[in-house]
Amino acid sequence: MGFWVSSSISKLATRNRYHEVTMAEPTITLNVTRYRPGQDRAPTTQAYAVPYKEDWVVLDALNHIKDQIDGTLSYRWSCRMGVCGSCGMMVNGTPKLTCAAFLRDYYPGEIRVEPLINFPIIRDLVIDMSDFLDKLKSVKPWIIRKEEKPVARGEYLQTPAELEAFHQFTQCINCMLCYAACPVYGLEPKFLGPAAIALGYRYNMDSRDQGKEQRAVIGNHDGIWDCTFVGECSVVCPKDVDPAAAIQRSKVDTTKNWFQSILMPWGQR
Amino acid sequence: MFTHDIVIVGGGGAGLRAAIAAAEVSSKLSIALVSKVYPMRSHTVSAEGGTAAVLREYDSLDLHAKDTIFGADFLADQDAVEAFVKEAPGELIQLEHWGCPWSRDPDGRVSSRSFGGMSVDRTLFAADKTGFHLLHTLFQTSLKYDSIIRYDECFLTSLLVDDGKVCGVTSINLYTGRVEVIAGKTVILCTGGGGRIFPFTTNAAINTGDGMAAAYRAGVALKDMEFVQYHPTGLPGTGILITEASRGEGGWLKNKDGYRYLQDYGLGPPTDKPTHRKMELGPRDILSRCHMQEYAKGRTFEGPYGHYVHLDLRHLGEEVINKKLPFVRELASKYVGIDPVYEPIPVRPVVHYMMGGVSTDINAKTTLVGLYAAGETACVSINGANRLGSNSLTELLVFGTRAGRAAAAYAANVSAPASAAIDALAADEQRRLDRQFLRKDGGTERIATIRQEMQLAMEEGAGIYRDEQKMEKACKTLRTLRERFKEIIIEDRGSTFNTEVMTALELDFMLDVAEVVANSALMRRESRGSHTRTDFPKRDDANFLKHTLAYRTPDGPKIDYLPVTITRWPPEERKY
Repeated sequence: MGFWVSSSISKLATRNRYHEVTMAEPTITLNVTRYRPGQDRAPTTQAYAVPYKEDWVVLDALNHIKDQIDGTLSYRWSCRMGVCGSCGMMVNGTPKLTCAAFLRDYYPGEIRVEPLINFPIIRDLVIDMSDFLDKLKSVKPWIIRKEEKPVARGEYLQTPAELEAFHQFTQCINCMLCYAACPVYGLEPKFLGPAAIALGYRYNMDSRDQGKEQRAVIGNHDGIWDCTFVGECSVVCPKDVDPAAAIQRSKVDTTKNWFQSILMPWGQR
Repeated sequence: MFTHDIVIVGGGGAGLRAAIAAAEVSSKLSIALVSKVYPMRSHTVSAEGGTAAVLREYDSLDLHAKDTIFGADFLADQDAVEAFVKEAPGELIQLEHWGCPWSRDPDGRVSSRSFGGMSVDRTLFAADKTGFHLLHTLFQTSLKYDSIIRYDECFLTSLLVDDGKVCGVTSINLYTGRVEVIAGKTVILCTGGGGRIFPFTTNAAINTGDGMAAAYRAGVALKDMEFVQYHPTGLPGTGILITEASRGEGGWLKNKDGYRYLQDYGLGPPTDKPTHRKMELGPRDILSRCHMQEYAKGRTFEGPYGHYVHLDLRHLGEEVINKKLPFVRELASKYVGIDPVYEPIPVRPVVHYMMGGVSTDINAKTTLVGLYAAGETACVSINGANRLGSNSLTELLVFGTRAGRAAAAYAANVSAPASAAIDALAADEQRRLDRQFLRKDGGTERIATIRQEMQLAMEEGAGIYRDEQKMEKACKTLRTLRERFKEIIIEDRGSTFNTEVMTALELDFMLDVAEVVANSALMRRESRGSHTRTDFPKRDDANFLKHTLAYRTPDGPKIDYLPVTITRWPPEERKY
């Protein structure tokens, strides 16, 4: 049986989701980064005690703070089911989706909630990710065809094996956890970074695409060659995209193309 | 002031599709895409099961139309449905050309699966993350059009209307906190639904009915708002959606005795392999009512978050679950600690979708000159009293495209709105926002308290089963909450990313939407589709084969009606 049933006794007592916190209830402390531009010189930490519930995630605790304790706390969230990519934060120093980080994995210890590192902080837990949007666009994450097929002529056929070749890299939710985990991005902001490279590679590997040459940015200095293959990006990815693999394979591809162009100039496509 | 030809509000599937459609009409058109979240965060991302269109030889447009109209309990406009099914295949092929990673058959064609209320397999899918892939494909494709200018994280506060024509929007830029005018010859609303007016919903936090309320305040009617879809299979507690595709692939619903109870409600006989339109593949409104009947009979489980039944996928086996339903496995494992390969998933009905919305015609046009709407925000209506699963993603593509093209054609023939008039309107809006939100002092009411009371009122008064007394009470409560809302406390005085102000503005919108839902429901004295009244249990075509239109007045919604368009399918009894 799942934990939500086995813990039913404690929850029956707290069935009204809107009840007031009473002394008897267990609580957990969240130490949350606060930063209000124009008001704070530097980020500070504010501690909040919230009810401890076995099936609550860190995001539930933040929502409790916002609704019941302190309406001025700012953070992003939306789907609360791990697919919109909004709620990435540092939880005890590790990049996590807060909708998937359960309080029970930290309790009775305290939880440190900070904005994702390697990004400028806009306010509290909200980071500025506009740099990623520019980088995403630079890898041309769309199908490029030498000739467009009219819609009236139907779909492109693609076998399950051809789909498999890039499918994993389509799973990226742009949550930015990989950028927070990437030591190279932390030191060299020009680095395209794991998600953008993985998404460019995703189109390169799509049997419908013919635009690989136009995505040369991936093979440039600020692209794959900055990566020192630490692999942390793949460790923190909540969707098993494995951007590190995309980067390594792109390196092999680029090298192969280079050798081909030097050694076999007549052998190019 | 920023000025564009077309201003699209909402960056989900409908908004992105409209933007691309308009950009393809002419690269000279300047298109603003205004969204309160980054487009790829939009709620389209959470759609799971698939998107319907006729693409196989065994299927026909008429059959898709008939299923849709039947599912809608004959409240859909049949001319709109005919246009919808006709344009659906092209839209899905277009999406395929743009790179959507559809699941594939061995021969390389896009795969399709069974879905509730559909007579044949016609639901295309990308595993069980169809909405996610659709949204990211559209968003990434939209990046190649330089004429689409994004206003990410800008919150709509009002539509600007001058001389009977829409001339742009005001929005709060979350980074700066400034109220900005984004002017345009035409505006397309694509802001999604408002499921968050209920306490228990599959909907994301952002689904607060912003565009619906903004249109309503600008004098546009909201149509058929009483029709709120409960999805029969959400996770208890969180309300996270477990896709209908899990039943399309062969999953079973069982009560606490392990019995496939749907056979007791005219949906049988049960078969091992799924049968179209039968048992677990019945439509959502009926399945949600069956759950409540089982509960009344004492045959559901009781858990920490109320009654539930079992969705059993074990017989599908690990391979099918991993290949076709990986997200279901991930969600169930993560959020209720149950691996569906080995254990049944606890599920219960949950608010999922609003059939109603901003009243539009077949070209996405509203009665306010220059204003268009598409997607869940809009009510064309193809969904009538009950939407069939997998028609909504298709709808946002078909009518997103129609809206984008219609707005582009309109913008080509009108001149830019007068800036003096816009400045005056914007100054009014700035004063309103300052007074009520940005510089509001004092107050006694917590935003969250009013929101919770609104949600409880909606659940009690406008849930799966409704009656006169419960709905009247809900309407009264909502009026009181509207008054109490004036006394909200706003502590946050910051201008940068002030989400407390945004939360208050969202609640303000939701109170309007909730009141329209409750009042529209109160006035419809019949049962049709998702609207089920214990005091009027039968469908009443003589008096209510018509759309509800709700208009805003100072005393609450004024209800009017509009005939339903019937082309080739005369109303008949809806039996599965």
